Amino acid sequence: MSPSSSFAPVIPGSGLPAGSPAATTPKQIPHRGGPVNPTVDALREKFGAAIQRVDVVWGETSVVVERSRVAEIVRWLHDDPGQSYVYLSDVTAVEFRDVEQPLEVVWHLRSLAFRRFIRLKALLPKGTPLEVPSVYPIFKSADWMERECYDMFGVKFVGHPDLRRLLMWEGYKEGFPLRKDFPLRGRFSRAEQLRQALAANPEARYSKEELSIADAFEDLPQDMRARLRSGEKTGE
Amino acid sequence: MATIKRTVEVELSTTGLDAQGRPQRVPLAVAEDGSTVAVAAPPSLEPELEGEHMLINIGPQHPATHGVLRLVLELDGETVVRCIPHIGYLHCGFEKIGEYRQYNQIIPWTDREDYLNSIGNNVAFALGAERLFGIEITERCTVLRVIAMELSRIISHLVWLGTTCIDIGAFTPFLWLFQERENVYALLERWIGARLTTTATRVGGMAADLPNGWTEQLQTFITLFPKTLDEVDRVLTRNGIWVGRTVGLGAMTAEEALNYGLSGAMLRASGVAYDVRKDFPYLDYETYDFDVPVGTNGDVYDRFLVRFEELRQSVRILEQALRRLPDGPVNIDDHRVILPPKSKATSEMESMIHHFKQVMEGPRPPIGEAYVAVESPKGEKGYYMVSDGTSKPVRWRIRPPSFVNLSAIPRMVEGHLLSDVIAINASIDIVMGEIDR
Repeated sequence: MSPSSSFAPVIPGSGLPAGSPAATTPKQIPHRGGPVNPTVDALREKFGAAIQRVDVVWGETSVVVERSRVAEIVRWLHDDPGQSYVYLSDVTAVEFRDVEQPLEVVWHLRSLAFRRFIRLKALLPKGTPLEVPSVYPIFKSADWMERECYDMFGVKFVGHPDLRRLLMWEGYKEGFPLRKDFPLRGRFSRAEQLRQALAANPEARYSKEELSIADAFEDLPQDMRARLRSGEKTGE
Repeated sequence: MATIKRTVEVELSTTGLDAQGRPQRVPLAVAEDGSTVAVAAPPSLEPELEGEHMLINIGPQHPATHGVLRLVLELDGETVVRCIPHIGYLHCGFEKIGEYRQYNQIIPWTDREDYLNSIGNNVAFALGAERLFGIEITERCTVLRVIAMELSRIISHLVWLGTTCIDIGAFTPFLWLFQERENVYALLERWIGARLTTTATRVGGMAADLPNGWTEQLQTFITLFPKTLDEVDRVLTRNGIWVGRTVGLGAMTAEEALNYGLSGAMLRASGVAYDVRKDFPYLDYETYDFDVPVGTNGDVYDRFLVRFEELRQSVRILEQALRRLPDGPVNIDDHRVILPPKSKATSEMESMIHHFKQVMEGPRPPIGEAYVAVESPKGEKGYYMVSDGTSKPVRWRIRPPSFVNLSAIPRMVEGHLLSDVIAINASIDIVMGEIDR
């Protein structure tokens, strides 16, 4: 196929003034301080008190924002032509060993046009519901990243259309593996893990939800249909 | 599209992309003036089968899924209506284990995550840890790491191209490419002592300097390698079957590709010239002269072209790196971070203490966090590390490029034929070790 005549590649750095120097490898980065990402001023002006704290650590700007307004802020960063953070690198969470310290949900965003990198954080103090707004409506790439974060930390992304476990299976009962109260070897004993694995019914992996999408449920063997109807879940 | 049930009855052809960037598949007829025109869908031969959908389960154990990936496909005739990917069969909790290991002890885990790019992961992790420690590595180490990264890009792309050829039905290029891959592995083995699980870097340096005569061997490789590339180019690039099986499949527009978070060759094939080496450089990549290939249609064929050109660009970078490889120490001169040489550790008191402290406690970075991304063969690979001042990270997060790329597979395969699912899945260049971690 010949390229369409309207083809124009998206060139990173296109938003910078002409003649700006090319990006270079950062050298001698200070631990704290250093140049702040210019987006922060715009964020402060636009969202005021929702921007709670700004740190520059190892040359990267971290912005702690009010957790209920994350989606709104990310939407503005994505849509505003003066920012154009069109690339969501990562969504993840951090739990500290200090139990008093709140759990952090972290978004890494890139602005290709301005060659900027910003880290947004929402603090989830212990004892409050682990909930933050989902950025899925803005970035499709958040789909699996948020599901993984839910799977590993139990953080609920409100507004995600299909927040299920991703890496662990649906019937996983041991909790959220990357939480600090989760022991390295798992919550259940090896014997219990083995017992559950042997008791699992491999047929049930073809869960009702998946089979019914193709209207193939009625074609299943009678006994399997009966089991799935009675509410048996995948992998249990 | 959905009205055509019997795909075998009519000739199917991809005439172009529709407004959403999806290929249009319509039956064609040849008009009197020789041009092709779309014809109306023929009446269904078996009306009772209208609306009947079939469920196909590919994987987890299937050679064409490149690992333990499971795809549940809902088919209308041969056309995929819906695709649900299932992952996690290889999940072993790398990130959790990392929280119980010192920084240097994590490096072997990075080998096993994207195992086709192990030395590249080693370098990426070391760069992240060095940011966290505030270390500047030596000149020679920088160039050695560039050589390591580009060799690893070559290996990964060769495996990708070879296996994709097999998936689509071409066997010969696979053998040629894997022969070259063996040459790279032989080089790595001489340098590091291991082929796949290299564990080549340390925080602040490398595990080993180059052995004598290694640069000459690398020079031989980069002289001969482009000839193999030319042969593969001649066999594949204009091959009718190859083009027919790849053009127009899984097309993503630039805007969509960015929104789905694609990176690496997947993103560049869609026309976004984002390459971490150029835009957020590391290891002085801005001082090397190389081009970033960009595709126009974002389909499987363009991804092939982009990766193929990247192989040639990697050779260019290797040539420049060899030319500028400076002499001097590989490791930094700070034995609080990097182990002292064994002769010193057994003869000098201070070195012995450093050795003991490092082995027993491990080096401690200051409190802080760093997200360091590199251009891995699959895309933007990021390591996000958070330190609370102890010798083990509080959090070690891998941003796996093929995980994010794979999450777009439902969008890419829906509307295509079943046999094209294999080609599209191959074009993502997935490594399940990295996706499931």
